[in-house]
Amino acid sequence: MSTIPSLNTQDRLRLYRFMRQSRAVEDAAWALSSQGRLIGRLYTGHGQEAIPVGMTYALQPEDVIAPMYRDMGAHLVRGVKPVEVFAQYLGKRQSNNKGKDSGLHIGDMSRGIVGMISVLPDSLPVALGVALAFKLRAEPRVALTTFGEGSTSTGAFHEAVNMAAVMKVPLILICENNGWALSTPPAREYGGQSIVARAEGYGIRGVQVDGNDVEAVYSAVRAAADRARSGGGPTLVECLTMRMKGHSIIDAAEYVPREQLAEWAARDPIQRYRAALEAEGLWDEGQEARLSAELSDEIDRAIQEADAMEDPQPADVYEGVFA
Amino acid sequence: MSERIITYHEAIREALREEMEDDARVFLIGEDIAVYGGVYKLTEGFLEQFGPERVIDTPIAENAIIGAATGAALMGLRPVAEIQFADFLTCGFDPLVNMTSTIHYRWGQPVPLVVRAPAGATWAMAGPFHSQSPEAWFAQIPGLKVVIPATPADAKGLLKSAIRDPNPVIFLEQKFLYRRLKGPVPEDRGFLVPLGQAAITRPGRDLSLIAYGTMAFKCLEAAALLAAEGIEAEVVDLRTIVPWDKATVLASVARTGRALVVSEAHHTAGFGAEIAATIAEEAFDQLDAPVRRLSGLDTPIPAHPVLEAEYLPDEKKIAAAARDLAGW
Ligand SMILES: Cc1ncc(C[n+]2csc(CCOP(=O)(O)OP(=O)(O)O)c2C)c(N)n1
Ligand SMILES: [Mg+2]
Repeated sequence: MSTIPSLNTQDRLRLYRFMRQSRAVEDAAWALSSQGRLIGRLYTGHGQEAIPVGMTYALQPEDVIAPMYRDMGAHLVRGVKPVEVFAQYLGKRQSNNKGKDSGLHIGDMSRGIVGMISVLPDSLPVALGVALAFKLRAEPRVALTTFGEGSTSTGAFHEAVNMAAVMKVPLILICENNGWALSTPPAREYGGQSIVARAEGYGIRGVQVDGNDVEAVYSAVRAAADRARSGGGPTLVECLTMRMKGHSIIDAAEYVPREQLAEWAARDPIQRYRAALEAEGLWDEGQEARLSAELSDEIDRAIQEADAMEDPQPADVYEGVFA
Repeated sequence: MSERIITYHEAIREALREEMEDDARVFLIGEDIAVYGGVYKLTEGFLEQFGPERVIDTPIAENAIIGAATGAALMGLRPVAEIQFADFLTCGFDPLVNMTSTIHYRWGQPVPLVVRAPAGATWAMAGPFHSQSPEAWFAQIPGLKVVIPATPADAKGLLKSAIRDPNPVIFLEQKFLYRRLKGPVPEDRGFLVPLGQAAITRPGRDLSLIAYGTMAFKCLEAAALLAAEGIEAEVVDLRTIVPWDKATVLASVARTGRALVVSEAHHTAGFGAEIAATIAEEAFDQLDAPVRRLSGLDTPIPAHPVLEAEYLPDEKKIAAAARDLAGW
């Protein structure tokens, strides 16, 4: 493994802020959705924030990500502003999807984000193609995509991972193993012990990390990216985490054992990182209070601004089918 | 025959429950259908009643679900597969198109299976990947039957017929109607609705509204609006699009001389085009006006209600098109 430059204090505080911002944005979206104000259904990455934040922070701006619906933090790290997120959630005319699609289906080539669709995991083969383009043009760039453990049961997963291995493209495959695929636990989703164990069968590198440890995610992805950039091919990174809310806002998730939730609540990625930063004297209660105030102000303003934007007009429906 | 008033959703549950009780070969297979009872709670309680051998949760694997249903059908079972949303039928499209549908033609073995999937828009911001009406994709494939019920009685009677049919049947439940639509359903356990028979759900002399699924329901609403203006629309509900009941459609058009074909799916190459073409070919001399079509747009189905409303045909748009046609 190449040496990973260690994160400086500023980086670490930024990782923390992105995770906090991600949760704050999703909490606010939850409240709006509960009032029936969102276009489409809300899915969150509550409890999984370390993965999208850590992985995206480990990339270079010229790299391309193809994130999933729980990856709010990936969008934020890529520079998507809360106001843009709320405009998207409210289906506004100036939003990324212009009201045609909703949720975190944001796609923006200027920020290196491939927009997802609901069909699982259709971004995976596309990310392979992105990586192939980098390889064909001999560019030192990498593609990264994320998917849940449930999504690894599909044919699309197998076809794309196998082909990526054969082509040795610069692709990072992030499995967010959050213990549930809607109501289906891993034992009813796959026969093996882990997702990472499959890497060997595909002939690619595989690592398993604590997905609730933002620096562990960062390091694993940084190493995978260095390797991919120098022609070492794909890496499968299995991040162990837990879906702390229902599948979507309408799922009460009664099938999830309370003990499992309690166990993982104690490993909350944000609380954990805050405690680590405080223990090192890098963070204190005063800073925490200021951050909370700052985020709540930022989000209030973002919602107001998004709210004031124009709604789509009927004629917009006809626009954009073809380029 | 005594009847009860139940929802479209409950009618489907009853059909599944009764067929499973009456035929030990029938089993259910799909994602999140057992423990969770399905995303629309259609099979809630089935795991408890029938056990995990007959209510089978699968990994996320539509291709394998449909392939496995095919294999089990070849072995004499009667699988009823659920695809969580009709939009995801694409992931199991290959076995349906190439394997399942051609087996009987090629080597004479029947493949009795049903693939159920909630289809159609909901007028509830479901967006491009949870709103599609994919019936035309399947109607093109010889060897697949395609059923789209518009009433609770039909949902029950057609599903029971589909399960008993010796062929693969795509059963597109209209999620808009699940809990919104209530109607009379016969008590009799033997009640079946044959595949391939249309129903005249409202008689009328001025024009024929020809539709299926949610649009057949919307046509009834439109017919009520039109009646208030003195236009008597006849509503023909196809119920099954493969095979489809040409005779009933042509007889209706012969009576009214005017036909408006309504479907929710995209306009171009939709199933409505097949109906319109057939009327033009076979009833040209009985027409007093050109055959008209009203369909969804040739765009993805957008999420925002303003856009979705522009996309979807509804009772007002149907009534407007019918008014126009009646005055032609
Ligand atoms: C091909 C396909 N089948 C089914 C679904 C319905 N569905 C949406 S999310 C989901 C569970 C996904 O689980 P996982 O991949 O583990 O991701 P998680 O939601 O846990 O983050 C299912 C079954 C879908 N979107 N696409
Ligand atoms: Mg999962």
